[in-house]
Amino acid sequence: MSIELRGVRRAFGQHEVLKGLDLEVLDGETLSIIGFSGAGKSVILKHIVGLLQPDTGEVIVDGQDLSELDLESLNELRRDIGYVFQFAAMFDSMSIADNVAMGLRRVPGLYDEEIASRVRECLALVDLEGVEDQYPSELSGGMLKRAGLARAIATRPKYLLYDEPTTGLDPVTLTVIDRLIVRMKEELGVTGVVITHDMDSAYRISDRIAMLHDGRVLISGTVEEIKASDDVLLRSFIDGRPELAEKAS
Amino acid sequence: MIGSVLTPVEYLGHWSINAVRSLGRAGYLTAGALRALRNVEIWGPRIATQLYAVGVASVPIALFIATFTGMVLAIQASYTLTGAVPIYLVGALVGKSMILELGPVLTGLSLAGRVGASTAAEIGTMRVTEQIDALETLAYDPLAYLVVPRVLAGLVMFPAVIVLATAVGILAGWSASLALLDMSSTEFVRGLRLFFEPGDIRFAAIKSMSFGLIVTGAGSFYGFHAKGGAGGVGVATTRAVVASSLLILVLDAFWAVVLL
Repeated sequence: MSIELRGVRRAFGQHEVLKGLDLEVLDGETLSIIGFSGAGKSVILKHIVGLLQPDTGEVIVDGQDLSELDLESLNELRRDIGYVFQFAAMFDSMSIADNVAMGLRRVPGLYDEEIASRVRECLALVDLEGVEDQYPSELSGGMLKRAGLARAIATRPKYLLYDEPTTGLDPVTLTVIDRLIVRMKEELGVTGVVITHDMDSAYRISDRIAMLHDGRVLISGTVEEIKASDDVLLRSFIDGRPELAEKAS
Repeated sequence: MIGSVLTPVEYLGHWSINAVRSLGRAGYLTAGALRALRNVEIWGPRIATQLYAVGVASVPIALFIATFTGMVLAIQASYTLTGAVPIYLVGALVGKSMILELGPVLTGLSLAGRVGASTAAEIGTMRVTEQIDALETLAYDPLAYLVVPRVLAGLVMFPAVIVLATAVGILAGWSASLALLDMSSTEFVRGLRLFFEPGDIRFAAIKSMSFGLIVTGAGSFYGFHAKGGAGGVGVATTRAVVASSLLILVLDAFWAVVLL
């Protein structure tokens, strides 16, 4: 098991978002997490990378319980985790090359030439050659998402966390991003966790899909199992039929 | 009836809880920033940029304020010191006021607006656009990357800018005395030296360092805790400027009581 969340509870003020969540991500697979807006999907990713800590429960990544790690060990582990933010979260005062190089500068023993070559290699992998000297404000939404992905893969992580990587993109760019996610798995062998609302995308990129509802995993399975499921809430989400969800609740 | 009686009590309760919470957060941020001092490899490369942004870029506004303050001080001193009071005391009044009070406090307040606002706005924008989260996922301690270089720059550059502004203010007062008040340089310098104590410079420097700490610290604190979007950044920026301006005045009184 490469990523495991056991009995995770997390509240923000009076509002409990995760209510004893159990989730497993197997080595080398891509797991998509779907669910209604506000269900706490992004909160799960932030727990996996240690940006949030659970009120109770355990988050285990690469065999290490995050609650037992000091900041130094957590940062060591974070070098193995790439995080693709929903709105890219690029550092707007830096060029794209400097953005991609940020994680590499924290890797001991890497010299400037090697960093520059790795930056070019990552940008080429996401089909973004030639934008090294541009600033985030000069790129389109799709290019920003790809630049964010290049930054996330620069340290050659074992795990990639994608927070709504295709939201707001046109169909062509969306397909490009989906293919990149599949490429990351096939060419780099990374384990991926993808937050998405887009079922077509989820079917294309996932080995398994888990639906989050009311702070827990409602249902999980392979793409075929999810397609064949007759769970009312899942069908409501997939088919976009709110009346089913209302009946179920 | 009960509601109207309880409302002020509830308000006081909410205010107290928020005040304690803010103090706790400020303590947490301070402890984190002190721990982050050991990460020299993160904040070291950023210190020069911050020394420039906090100090060098603030020089024009500081000198502008000091020049006019020094001139007005000389004119008002000559207006006040009439009759039997010797005119050379204009120099004493300009020098003493600029070094002990007006140089540090007026420059401090102007930098609270410039540096405090830009610190809170920049860090706040990074917070609401998840850039601070991105820093953490890339194994950077955001306190070492964002807060430590700014606070260190404030500690170093506030005294430097304030000393420069004070000197320019005195020179402006001197020039105004020569040009407008029919005074000689000898008279002005005589007054300037009459009550001058080297300890005054130490007093101004200590005060200035504390202003630098407060302005960059408050800007970082409110920026770090910004919420929402552009509105949240605006609120954080306003709070940073108001809080640092008020704290400058409180610290001014504190150092006067403690050091004079």
